[in-house]
Amino acid sequence: MNILPVLLPTDLLIFVLVLAALALAVRARRHAPSREAWRRVGERPTAMAAAVVLLAFAAVGFLDSLHYREQLPPGQGEPAAAKPLYSSEVLSALDALLAPLRLQTEKTYSAPFARQLFQRETVERPGGGQARIHPRLVHGARHLQDGDSLLADVAWRLAWTPLAALAASGLRLLALAAAVARARRCHLDAAARLVLAGRTTLAWRSALAVVFIAVLLSAAGVALATHYHVLGTDKVGQDVLYLSLKSVRTGLVIGTLTTLIMLPFAVALGIAAGYLGGWVDDAVQYLYTVLNAIPSVLLIAASVLMMQVMIDTHQQWFDTAAQRADARLLALCAILGITSWTGLCRLLRGETLKLRELDYVQAARAFGASGAAILRRHILPNVMHIVLITVVLDFSVLVLAEAVLSYVGIGVDPTTISFGTMINMARAELAREPVVWWSLAAAFVFMLALVLSANLLADAVRDAFDPRRVSRA
Amino acid sequence: MLAYIVRRLLYAVPILLSVNLFTFVLFFGVNSPDDIARMQLGAKYASPEAIQRWKAERGYDKPMFYNPARAGAAKFTDTLFVDKSLRMFTFEFGSADDGHDIAREIRARMGPSLAIALPTFALGLFAAIVLALLLVFFRATALDFWGVVGCVVMMSISSMFYIIGGQWLVSKTWALVPISSYAGGLDMARFLGLPVLIGVVAGLGSGTRWYRTLFLEEISRDYVRTARAKGLSELAVLFRHVLRNALIPILTGVVVVIPSLFLGSLVMESFFAIPGLGSYTIDAIRGQDFTVVRSMVFIGSALYIVGLVLTDISYTVADPRVRLG
Repeated sequence: MNILPVLLPTDLLIFVLVLAALALAVRARRHAPSREAWRRVGERPTAMAAAVVLLAFAAVGFLDSLHYREQLPPGQGEPAAAKPLYSSEVLSALDALLAPLRLQTEKTYSAPFARQLFQRETVERPGGGQARIHPRLVHGARHLQDGDSLLADVAWRLAWTPLAALAASGLRLLALAAAVARARRCHLDAAARLVLAGRTTLAWRSALAVVFIAVLLSAAGVALATHYHVLGTDKVGQDVLYLSLKSVRTGLVIGTLTTLIMLPFAVALGIAAGYLGGWVDDAVQYLYTVLNAIPSVLLIAASVLMMQVMIDTHQQWFDTAAQRADARLLALCAILGITSWTGLCRLLRGETLKLRELDYVQAARAFGASGAAILRRHILPNVMHIVLITVVLDFSVLVLAEAVLSYVGIGVDPTTISFGTMINMARAELAREPVVWWSLAAAFVFMLALVLSANLLADAVRDAFDPRRVSRA
Repeated sequence: MLAYIVRRLLYAVPILLSVNLFTFVLFFGVNSPDDIARMQLGAKYASPEAIQRWKAERGYDKPMFYNPARAGAAKFTDTLFVDKSLRMFTFEFGSADDGHDIAREIRARMGPSLAIALPTFALGLFAAIVLALLLVFFRATALDFWGVVGCVVMMSISSMFYIIGGQWLVSKTWALVPISSYAGGLDMARFLGLPVLIGVVAGLGSGTRWYRTLFLEEISRDYVRTARAKGLSELAVLFRHVLRNALIPILTGVVVVIPSLFLGSLVMESFFAIPGLGSYTIDAIRGQDFTVVRSMVFIGSALYIVGLVLTDISYTVADPRVRLG
């Protein structure tokens, strides 16, 4: 089947971000002090575990950023059109991978692993008359006969998953041990024992444990998700597991692109104000005091409302609904960025004020280096640790903020799948009897995994890069 | 000190003016009043006459900054900017889309907002500081380690889940208090207990961790060693000496939010159907009532600036070495 690749603006920025991260990684490897700091991060078991979890989420988010449109089959009896027609539905590589989950929708709610719908429906009895029963699901547990045991079937399907997880983490262990053996010039067998005993410099053991759990969970997902709705279905019958995985990209986009958008302004204005002083300093300080004075929720609300009006009155800008939703997501990131750059800007200004008076900067000035060169070569590299710490600390705050903003009605587009929209949809259903709990539980677990690992990594990064903390430890 | 306060308040005027101008440009410059009228009327009913009528009813049919049709000073005063924006300095906010006077609405809703925000704030601060001091007391033990882990986990849970979980557990499963509602007088306590409790718990993780770092920075200072050397118990050292000395960074983060307590908590009030300013704002955002949102932005910024001045004053109370002048 022919496909038409689609590059949404957020996709483009995500690719830029991935490239930037790779470039930074290469640079950090060559640069001894930052290699040292990252090693301190890697020594922490929690940080290594968190990094593995975040990498898994990032992989899901990246797959979900490869968008395309499918070609429509030519209509019956029509001649093959000269120009191929493409579906208006924008899909992603993740959608293609999860096609069974995406397409196997039910009528409405069903509990995890359920065979029947959650609600009763009136059906015609074969012999005449009507009855109110829980109808069988169209897709979930379809292969089971009425008498079959659910537990036996699930256990049988899960039988191979521990083997897969063991094999995957075993391979990883082998690769690690080979690397350790080469570095320490010891036997492969001894190296593997070092890794398992947790005596390597970097905390590989905890990373391996998380790899094992992650592979186990995904193998279980692969084994079961095509036959059951593992996490149930929501109000319109969509698989909750599918929704949760799709939410990951939205969370990542908001957590990362917001900082990516605000970073150039915050860095440029912050170090310019600190280094140049005078009226530039006054102007920048005035700007961030004014923006700070407006309570951020209200500023975001006002900006998002205005952005909504703009998008509503300019429908012609967007070809597809996905493009409109994406524009809204990007605008939300920009707005969040505008309201949150002031903190970083103030920190950078203060640090630059300090650096400006240091001897090496004075020396550079005495040698006749231009202001721009001093800023680029002497100031900027020495404030980058503040930027890095702020970026990782902001990530979890932004992911959490998305849920609240979506509740208030100023978050992502209602058609965009996100943790906020999931919580919002599920919230009303708690009043039901019995409770529809699975959408909320799924959003809770996925969000907690994402935010908790971000927080743990942020802690390690802060402790490793902040000179005040390093000297104390 | 009075001179200092007056000067600080005068500094606030240009900032408030800029906030005012900024919000005006945001609400009237990004989209023209015609666009807003078209959207609120719905594309189907937005004939040019209907748009004109809509604008005239709300006083939006004036030029933005300069009105050449008028004479003298009215060229500048009979404009949208003066009418809709500058007038807020006299606390005239006009009327909301439902016709109610915004200023009166705000006065009526301040009470409930404070009734929930003030106890949440005070209890939350107290609980976080006490917990943080206890963690510092048990520093470098397993209790401290797991306490910090607990804080990080609590920080990683969205506030929405605290509210939903609390409502479900306390009101529905245990049927202890009503899920949501509000009444004045003595009855109020029954309705406020749950939201206050949830608000305190939701903020506990980040608060405790933050104060713990502050106290840990103090604990290696010389005066702490002196206090221990003269035989004070560790608890006395922590609660009397360390706490007192860590007050300045605590006040920096805390005092500035006190005036904003009037605005209430958006999500909490909306979940518990408390008729305060927070739920008023949420309803306005959902109903796209721009006049109300604009007014709240202005009040919020004014309160923030009051908070900054209060912070400075509180420094002199907490630390006699600080003199304002």
